[in-house]
Amino acid sequence: MQVSMTMNGEEITREIEPRVLLVHFIRENLGLTGTHWGCDTSNCGTCVVLMDGQPVKSCTVLAAMADGHDVRTVEGLATAGVLDPIQQGFMEEHGLQCGFCTPGMMLTARALLDANPHPNDTEIREAISGQICRCTGYATIVRSVLWAAEHPAELVTIDEEVGA
Amino acid sequence: MTLIEEHPANPAAGDEDRPIGYGRLQRKEDPRFVRGKGHYIDDIVLPGMLHGAILRAPVAHARLVSIDTTEALARPKVLAVITGKDLEGLNLAWAPTLSADVQAVLVTDKVRFQGQEVAFVVAEDRYAARDALELIDVQYEVLPPVMNARKALDPDAPVIRDDIEGRTDNHIFDWSAGDEAEAAAVFAAADVVVSQEVVYPRVHPAPMETCGAVADFDPIDGKLTLYETTQAPHAHRTLFAMVAGIPEHKIRVVSPDIGGGFGNKVGIYPGYILAVVGSIVTGKPVKWVEDRSENLMSTSFARDYIMQGEIAATKDGTILGLRTQVLADHGAFNATAQPTKYPAGFFHIFTGSYDLKAAYCKVTGVYTNKAPGGVAYACSFRVTEAVYLVERMVDALARKLEMDPAELRLKNFIKPEQFPYANKTGWEYDSGDYEKTMRLSMEIAGYDELRREQKEKRARGELMGIGISFFTETVGAGPRKHMDIVGLGMADGAELRVHPTGKAVVRISVQSQGQGHETTFAQIVSEELGIPPEDIDVVHGDTDQTPFGLGTYGSRSTPVSGGAVALVARKVREKAKLIAAAMLETRPEDLEWEKGRWFVKGDPSVGKTIAEIALGAHGTVALPDGVDGNLDAEVTYDPPNLTFPYGAYICVVDVDPGTGHVKVRRFIAVDDCGTRINPMIIEGQVHGGLTDGVGMALMEIIEFDEDGNNLGGSFMDYLIPTAMEVPTWETGFTVTPSPHHPIGAKGIGESATVGSPPAIVNAVIDALAPYGVTSIDMPCTPARVWAAMQGHATPPI
Ligand code: FES
Ligand code: FES
Repeated sequence: MQVSMTMNGEEITREIEPRVLLVHFIRENLGLTGTHWGCDTSNCGTCVVLMDGQPVKSCTVLAAMADGHDVRTVEGLATAGVLDPIQQGFMEEHGLQCGFCTPGMMLTARALLDANPHPNDTEIREAISGQICRCTGYATIVRSVLWAAEHPAELVTIDEEVGA
Repeated sequence: MTLIEEHPANPAAGDEDRPIGYGRLQRKEDPRFVRGKGHYIDDIVLPGMLHGAILRAPVAHARLVSIDTTEALARPKVLAVITGKDLEGLNLAWAPTLSADVQAVLVTDKVRFQGQEVAFVVAEDRYAARDALELIDVQYEVLPPVMNARKALDPDAPVIRDDIEGRTDNHIFDWSAGDEAEAAAVFAAADVVVSQEVVYPRVHPAPMETCGAVADFDPIDGKLTLYETTQAPHAHRTLFAMVAGIPEHKIRVVSPDIGGGFGNKVGIYPGYILAVVGSIVTGKPVKWVEDRSENLMSTSFARDYIMQGEIAATKDGTILGLRTQVLADHGAFNATAQPTKYPAGFFHIFTGSYDLKAAYCKVTGVYTNKAPGGVAYACSFRVTEAVYLVERMVDALARKLEMDPAELRLKNFIKPEQFPYANKTGWEYDSGDYEKTMRLSMEIAGYDELRREQKEKRARGELMGIGISFFTETVGAGPRKHMDIVGLGMADGAELRVHPTGKAVVRISVQSQGQGHETTFAQIVSEELGIPPEDIDVVHGDTDQTPFGLGTYGSRSTPVSGGAVALVARKVREKAKLIAAAMLETRPEDLEWEKGRWFVKGDPSVGKTIAEIALGAHGTVALPDGVDGNLDAEVTYDPPNLTFPYGAYICVVDVDPGTGHVKVRRFIAVDDCGTRINPMIIEGQVHGGLTDGVGMALMEIIEFDEDGNNLGGSFMDYLIPTAMEVPTWETGFTVTPSPHHPIGAKGIGESATVGSPPAIVNAVIDALAPYGVTSIDMPCTPARVWAAMQGHATPPI
């Protein structure tokens, strides 16, 4: 069957087997390997992407179900080569170690900040509670998101410069 | 060659803000990871690559009657279906383990654990390979399994390893350390003896990325390139040469970015071997990546120790001795990855941080119908089990004596002036000031205030517990005269090249799984040579590009490889001195070093920077006799002793009296890992380990039912802490450099995983004191805590 969607701002259309999972579609058909997978049961959240701005576990969505939707992966976080504050925050506050859970964590954090620009510790923990990080112990992820919340302007300013 | 240098105490350790050398520094690997540009095993795609999938046994113990692969082979897109019989033809059906046993690559005679590898399908894509698994018809004759180590040595227990000639039982080994008679005498004369069974249940490292490989065998030049999730690429290459008979120079092992390891990625799994066989058979690259259930059910588990502990003391709380009998469940094959001489790893560090008169441990290893493994999950070769035992026993003694557990520990610590300290089981602890670290932890926690709060809450019927653990680890294996894995001495190499423009590349033999080696090792070179860390490239994870060494596990990267890197940098510095002297037309002994530069004593304005010297070395300067034209060096570091990091952990829990639910409210971790290279990375390592500790203490367990079914085979059943189950960690540190290590560093990677579980469990027991609870085994799930409150605590095994 054929699916079409917006992937990181770009319209794409591909021929696929109907049973293909979105995570496999993203990784294997599109070659965007920043989205990972880590379980068979929808528990780990390493596969999280944004669908119409909302975090979804792409291992639990068929590619066919994403037809006509807007999907954003870690590869679409930076704009015009400028890192999203959330990416910067993860580097500043050591929010990652092996980096395997990181794309999913950052996308959830992006969605959180879009809805709630000044989350507190509990709100951040709740937002990422469907995702597992085996390395960091989460405190530095919380700090990374807080860092991004405190530095939203950077992206805007630099973006404007790039756009100008 | 072996270099050993005395290291002066490093006054700069702990300094957070140094741009060159040690200090907080953002990681060099992060820019690729935050962009989704990490390159993990499943991201590798080679031209024409095929996909492998493994058919696994549904039962724990069964004779293999027949396998019919016809239908699977007839399926479109399927290129090969490999069975144990096929492997027998290639002499590959069995592979040696890291513990002088053998393990079936594919079942030929008998299934020995649920999830064991039965057949391997190679197909054009992932989905087709999985589809074909369903079409393989296997007949089994089911046998009664041995699922409980306590019953493994019963005379009527089924013999699991009937593949080994002459074997009539499930006994693997007996091993002991310490002086049994001395311990008996001390225990007989003691005022107080407390005995207690302490169980460390089976858990799993479960890194977020599962294990996998891409094998690419080139039939023309006979070269195998093997991309693998391995923490030890060089050791794997040597073993593959031994197992598969491919000459070692024709094997290149590449370990790409690794999505967490924790010891899970040390062993050589059947899947890796099958990917290689698949590539040889089909002539195409073959990828095999296990799914989560396969990871949890078949790859290296951890712990599974049943320990009978005894502690002896005087009435006033002077600890005299420790004794323990351990029953160790090694699963169906003895495949633990540990130094040859130590079948129970470094468990004999169970004497802990205390000055004892006697200690004795005896460990008995047995086979059961469970997955093989045993040394994994950041355990520092069984130091985890040892620390858990001693810290539970010390708390049990404190309860018996009605002494405060902090006070009891402070009274019995090895004193700073006793180091180096020879313990009763053969270790020489290198350095420590335990009281200082303990007091700092109590200060951060506000220990006295916490005890007051607890008293008030108890009066109101609220269950608050405070638990302490003071651990000493032994890491950085190891001196090669004592320690090897399958005959390979546990040393590590480093090669350093300073390019003509003063930038450098250092090649190391250990492999990061997230620890930040690209940053830390650059900082070590930077500290020694004054080159900014960003100008130093760290190459690792490719046997064609790095010197030989045994890899990353047991917290050995900084203690062993870090030593190698410091020494190779010092070798370059000494060479630079000779070249600088030639350039400055002076004698080497007239030069003095400051970070990044040799200058003339008494005239600091005259000197040469490392970059100038590098250019000189590669340029036209007339070099002194015996000095060749480069600024390169190599070293293999054989550590003179292990290092002994330690820490004082305090945990505060609240238990819901209505449900038995345990909430970790606060956790204070004060670590001493000697010299601190990058405090940010150290803190991250500690945070991660503490989270493991919460997982093991409260949630994680791989259990089996009597029929042999694995009850922890997915993340629905094997529960790992999320951000909701852990508190915001409170950390602190003291710095007691290792006197024998080149930079005084001791290793930190596993400290918190080792040290935290006893603090949490001790806190839970403390909280449940009003119910008369004196012991509970992990995991302290609401159901198990509730049972303990009702007086029905049962061990998990
Ligand atoms: S892969 Fe684990 S939740 Fe999607
Ligand atoms: S950084 Fe390794 S799993 Fe999160």
